[in-house]
Amino acid sequence: MPRPFTPKVLTANDLLLGDAVWLAPDGAWTRHMSEALLIEDQASADLHLLDAEARGHEVVGPYLADAQSGPHGPEPTHFRETFRTRGPSNRPHGKQQAA
Amino acid sequence: MYRYTEFDRDFVRSRVAQFRAQVERRLDGSLTEEEFKPLRLMNGLYLQLHAYMLRVAIPYGTLSADQMRQLAMIAERWDKGYGHFTTRQNIQFNWPKLAAVPDILDALADVGMHAIQTSGNTIRNVTADHFAGAAADEVADPRPVAELIRQWSTDHPEFQFLPRKFKLAVTGSPEDRAVTAAHDIGLRLVRQDGELGAQVLVGGGLGRTPMIGKVLRDFLPLPDLLPYLEAIVATYNLLGRRDNKYKARIKITVHEHGLEEIRDLVEAEFPARKALFGGIDQEMLAAITAQFAPPAFETDAEGDVTAWYHADPVFRSFVDTNTAPHRAPGYAILTVSLKAPGETPGDATAEQMRVLADLAERYGHGELRISHEQNVILPHVPCRYLKAIHDALREAGLASANVGLVSDIIACPGMDYCALATARSIPVAQQIAKRFEELKLEHEIGPLKIKISGCINACGHHHVGHIGILGLDRAGVENYQITLGGDGGPDAVIGERAGPGFAYDEITDAIERLVLAYLDLRETPQETFLQVYNRTGSAPFRTALYDRDEDSADAA
Repeated sequence: MPRPFTPKVLTANDLLLGDAVWLAPDGAWTRHMSEALLIEDQASADLHLLDAEARGHEVVGPYLADAQSGPHGPEPTHFRETFRTRGPSNRPHGKQQAA
Repeated sequence: MYRYTEFDRDFVRSRVAQFRAQVERRLDGSLTEEEFKPLRLMNGLYLQLHAYMLRVAIPYGTLSADQMRQLAMIAERWDKGYGHFTTRQNIQFNWPKLAAVPDILDALADVGMHAIQTSGNTIRNVTADHFAGAAADEVADPRPVAELIRQWSTDHPEFQFLPRKFKLAVTGSPEDRAVTAAHDIGLRLVRQDGELGAQVLVGGGLGRTPMIGKVLRDFLPLPDLLPYLEAIVATYNLLGRRDNKYKARIKITVHEHGLEEIRDLVEAEFPARKALFGGIDQEMLAAITAQFAPPAFETDAEGDVTAWYHADPVFRSFVDTNTAPHRAPGYAILTVSLKAPGETPGDATAEQMRVLADLAERYGHGELRISHEQNVILPHVPCRYLKAIHDALREAGLASANVGLVSDIIACPGMDYCALATARSIPVAQQIAKRFEELKLEHEIGPLKIKISGCINACGHHHVGHIGILGLDRAGVENYQITLGGDGGPDAVIGERAGPGFAYDEITDAIERLVLAYLDLRETPQETFLQVYNRTGSAPFRTALYDRDEDSADAA
């Protein structure tokens, strides 16, 4: 039996900077996960991934990551994805630097 | 030090020009990521969690002052003002932008450096004893051999697509500070009846399936070195598994076929290879060796160091902990710790790099070394300069007197940077180092090597740590497994797993319990952690780790 679908975001790294980016509802790439499109079903997840794979001039290595709905938008459910939303814990670099 | 020949310079420049064109084609859309990825990896460019990462080779860990200054310039101009020295004597820049990488490679080429073969299924940067050419206990300087291997293996047409990556290390000292037994091939220079040769180990490696290298040849005369290495790598190239990435390293080939069969195949391959070399390699080795002639050591190098040593307890502790015996009278080998408690193991800021370059130039014959333990070494220091160096290091935040002690922790970048990591390493190292700084027990504890990896690939060498820590993802939570009794020295040993792992916020307490248990168990202050472990076995340490309230140890 297939596993029940859990909500996802589509994420990748920016081609020029390598920075983590997420697919936004308008089809653009955002640097903030809270602005990402939360994908609620398998069929659109598959479609969005195919579409992202064709956008190799913008991003590298797109994949679907588990996420959940939060008060300010989609939130990560795994610590690896949490780290991608902010940057390394030993230095104030990455996204937390801009914040 | 080795200086590039015209051939080296042209080769490196042409590779930079090639890569510049490849980056342009990637940016204008004519190369896909699938096509570009192997090209960038051939030039040491990875994509990590938050950014690209450029891995630059520091062959056999040797740097000149000018090279160190250039690394500082690169860190400032194209990165975020620091670099990370790794357990394979490389430096990694964590934040380069893709379009800037060709310029960085050009800047490296300006000082005879590059990022070639720091990735991919090729022969990687050759590592060596970081005290090479300086150590009092040395049979011979391993660097001429390492440089010969670098030249032979760079762009070697037969070995660009091996089943998997291939790592070599060379030591010229019986102390084996290069962990040769944990490499695909380890070379230990030895003398037999006055002749210099190498003991050849094969099939060592850490990672998913840790193995200690086995002796393939007890004494290989140096003139046979390259053809014999070529015979080994050629044998592996044909025999090694390509069906399963996790079984593709030569350690598995040796394990599956047995040492005897590998030896027979290598010996059968050797004569034809030997005939092809025709002695040119020995001419090259002689020319290289001449470039590694020791500096003109000063006489009367000791000066008034003894007076300072007795007068200043902080300086005394620094000298006792961070210097090692040098081959020349009145000289010392000075290890500068990049492990100030709370700092990131192996990181140096651009300013610190410049301070180190200046000190090397002013007081240390212009030479620097990077150790696999992620520290910087001034290999040739007249003792009369130690006090001035110590004063300058204190100002730069580099005077930690902790080399070889509990806070001198090896840690891989872990999940703070690495895309492969399953857990963080750096903050665990920071917390442990700070804990023991607060306890003020570090010098009482004595020699103790803690090594932390953030995934099973074991870049942090946890298997050969006296205490090893492996960070894993257990059901979506960071979990840390402890191994005990590992040893990266001449009689290398893989540590044994202690038991269930610990959560992120429990691991520092667990390490403290282990170390306090050691202090209780030792019979004399001279008995080291590893000696106690080897005497008592793991039982009392497991008790210290696990025999507590039910809820403190994670049963994962």
